This record gives sequence, structure tokens and C-alpha cells, in this order.
Amino acid sequence: MERIITCIGCPMGCQITVTLDEAGAFQSAKGNTCKRGAEYAKDEVTNPTRMVTSVIAVEGSKQPLCVKTARFIPKEKIFDCLKEIRKAKVTLPVHIGDVIVPNVCGTGIDVIATRHLQ
Amino acid sequence: MREIDVLIIGGGPAGLAAAIAAKEAGVDNLLILEREDKLGGILKQCIHNGFGLQMFGEELTGPEYAQRFMDRVEELKIPYQCGTMVLSVSPEKVVTAINPVEGLEQFQAKAIVLAMGCRERPRGALGIPGWRCAGIYSAGTAQRFVNLEGFMPGKKVVILGSGDIGLIMARRMTFEGCEVKACVELMPYSSGLKRNIVQCLDDYNIPLMLNHTVVDIAGRERLEGVTIAEVDENRKPIPGSEQYIECDTLLLSVGLIPENELSLSAGVQLGRSTQGPVVDETLATNVDGIFAAGNVLHVHDLVDFVSQEAARAGACAAAYVQGKGAHSSEAVPVEEGFGVNGCVPQLIHPAELKEPVKFMFRPRNVYKGARICVDIDGEEVLRGKPHMIMAPGEMAAIEVAPELFAGRDTIGKVTVRLEVRA
Repeated sequence: MERIITCIGCPMGCQITVTLDEAGAFQSAKGNTCKRGAEYAKDEVTNPTRMVTSVIAVEGSKQPLCVKTARFIPKEKIFDCLKEIRKAKVTLPVHIGDVIVPNVCGTGIDVIATRHLQ
Repeated sequence: MREIDVLIIGGGPAGLAAAIAAKEAGVDNLLILEREDKLGGILKQCIHNGFGLQMFGEELTGPEYAQRFMDRVEELKIPYQCGTMVLSVSPEKVVTAINPVEGLEQFQAKAIVLAMGCRERPRGALGIPGWRCAGIYSAGTAQRFVNLEGFMPGKKVVILGSGDIGLIMARRMTFEGCEVKACVELMPYSSGLKRNIVQCLDDYNIPLMLNHTVVDIAGRERLEGVTIAEVDENRKPIPGSEQYIECDTLLLSVGLIPENELSLSAGVQLGRSTQGPVVDETLATNVDGIFAAGNVLHVHDLVDFVSQEAARAGACAAAYVQGKGAHSSEAVPVEEGFGVNGCVPQLIHPAELKEPVKFMFRPRNVYKGARICVDIDGEEVLRGKPHMIMAPGEMAAIEVAPELFAGRDTIGKVTVRLEVRA
């Protein structure tokens, strides 16, 4: 199986063709101009991850609270993560780094506040 | 009239870094004026990650990045006044400002750092025909609504222009349940970062339509849809290529313009290619004692570079009020050669350089294998390594050591240019 990945390392944006075996394991990459491209393409086909950032409405505050996942989470969990963020209840005051959703979607990663809110 | 040694106009990333540097250089009588209710500038609404890799070696969100500088401002007890709008700056450095508590106030500054940032190009600058209905916003305005005010501008979205704010908003609106139908770009390439194209558009199957633009807007009261068309090599719509997209929201991400009304009131000379002040290597403008840094000077890609530049401006403003800023030589103009646009600084004092001078600019086009070269009076003195790729969307820079200017009686001009492999 082959997949085409656009590299994000630089403005070149190499179109890297990644070959996977039947079990979905990484076999080879071609079309990359540098080493970083091959590594990125491998990660992107085997375990794509993203940091998710969003906001939550907070009772008693005109401004919503902005949050992020403390680390990158698997890409396929982005929308489930957003659902859990939306359901979170927040009580003031909040400080940067406070845990808002612990262990989001069973990833072992917390959603934390990225601003102070009084 | 209050007397202030270093007055900083703007409390965003540039203003904060300039104030911290001025204070650390020994200036105690300084003040930041900020028109919004809080410090932090545009970073407050940039809730996505990607800030701080250069400065802190970690990936922060905008509010977190700003907070680090705000904490330092508090720690150093740097005075600031929020909710204060500067109305004018005179060439004598009298700053007139207004706020709801003090009313009209005037300050006599010894030095000023201009750190007002930039603003988005509006619809009026584009000349799109069609109705002037509700539902058309600049991407940054929509970002403010969604991230700071907590309400949504619409449900079905088309984005015109593929600048980074537009791309970021494509993902943001998708996260909040909107349908983002397309990102339409006039040019054959996006001005946004590759990372944002992949992670904000491709991840969510949002089409990026290059060589396309909006040619009509439908809807009397509220936007109902836009007509887009393909453009030819002269950027003119190709008849017959029109298609209608139903939407209730059009976001514009079509460029940023340094905000220099105050600079002009002070008599600061602006450069044509940057649309910001003309400065020398100390970030000094043509008006004695007025310095400029950050997006008011030239629009940056990375806030980290804004902070670094502004810290220099703050330190140089401090040196100026401490009597260490006088020039002993004539300034030499820096010329933009082939492929170079918006080069800063525009002037240098070669005889006074104690550290390398960094020229920052935007490539005029997409170039593969280009080198940055520096000439003194037409003679090549520096030849950079070839870059695999250069594009207008990513600022380029080259540092020139002071020694390269040594041993010359007079220098007429310095040229920064690109050399493209034949």
C-alpha cells in the first residue's frame, strides 16, 4: 500500500510516497529531499499526532478559557478530544497549566489551561 | 506634562520585549501605553501552538508566550497603562493619549519605541464587487470573536487568501462545528506555512484552490454565497470558470499592513517595500530618539523574532537616553537587489558596527537553490550557502560581520540580493 504525505519541514513541501506492508508497517519513503522528510513521513503514516487547542465557555466569565493538550495526541482522537473539552466544567480562578480535562479520551494526556482567568 | 525617559507605544510582544530590555539596561523611568484592557496584543487571541520555539525551545500557545513576558514586566515593576489610546506623537516626542480615567494626557518622552504592530488588509482594499452584507470578516476579527469573545461569526465558511491567520481559522471554525467549504488563493502558491496548509486544511479535507479568487458576493442583509473564478497569469478572472459556493461567512486573510499613523504624525519616514519606518541597525528612525520594532516595522512570521528585534530596540533606546547613542559616522543606504523585498534595516553605520548586522527580508518569489549575497559598492563581500527553497511566505535573513566593512575609506551603498543557480 502507498500513501502520499506532504512534508511540513520547510516551504519545499515535498510530496513523499510512503510504502506500507499489508500490516500497515512502514517499508520505505521516496520523494523526500532530506532526511527529516523521511522521518516525518514515517511518523505521519504510523503514528500521526497533533496538539489540540480550543476554548471552553466559563460560567461567571465573559471570556472563554483557552486550553491545549499538554502533549500531542493521536490525530484520530482530535474530535473526541474536542467533545470532552466542550463538556468540561471550569470554576474560577484558573491558572496557566491547571488541568481542565484529565486523561483526555484515555490518552494519558491532560487538557490544560493556557491562560489565567479570574 | 509627565516626563518619561523611554515611552513604549503598544503592549504586545514587541512593546513588552522592548520595555524589558530598556529596564534591564538601567532605565527606570519608562512606561508602556496599551490601547486594549490587557497587555499581550494579538497573542491573546492566538490560542494555537507554535510560538516560542526559538526563544524558549518549547512549543507554546500565544497566551502562554505573552504571559512569560507579562510576568517579567511585573517582576521588573515596569509601569504600564492599559485602556490608553495614543492619539498623536510629535517630532519633539510629545505623546498625546486618552483614557477613561485620566482623560487627555500628554507625555514628554526622551525616547520612544514604536511597537503598534500591524492590521489586516480589509475588504475595501481588494475591490471585490457585490453586496456589502453582513458575514464578511477579516480572519483576525473572526479569531477574536471565537477565541476571546466566545461567539461564532457563522456556520458555512469560505476563506479568501491563504495567509496563516486564514489557515488557522479554517481549522478553528472546523473545531467549532462549522463547514469550511474552501480556501481560495489568488496566487499560484500559498503565503502560509506548509505546516499550516497540512495541519489546518489537508487534515480536514478543506480544498485549497490556488489561482482562484472571489468575483461576486450574493446576499442583501446577510451573506448567502460567493462566486469564485479561476484567474489567468495576469491574475484576471477567466470567463466561464465561475462557480457559486453557498456560505454565510467569508473570511479575508489577504495580508497585513504595519500600523503607522502615529509614526507619520511624528514625521517618521516610511519605506516603500516594508510600509514601516526606515531604520538603521539600532532600529532608530529618521526622527532623533524614536525607535521602531516588531510588526509596525515589518510584518514577521514568527513572534520569537519580534521579541528579539524589539529587545534590541529597547536596549538602543536606553543607550540613547543614557547619552551613548550618538552616531560618529554617516549612514549608508542598504539597497534591495534581485529577489529581495522589504529589507530591514534600510540604513547602516558600517564604521560603528560592533556586532554582526542581520538583514531580514522576504524573497520576491519562490526560488530554488538561491543564495543570499551582499555587495559593497557593487563588489561581492559575502556569499551565503544555497537555500533549497525560498518563498515570500518565509522571511529570510543573513548576518554580516563588522570586519567585512573594514578597510574602506568610504562606502556608497550596501546591496542585499539573491543569486539563483542558472
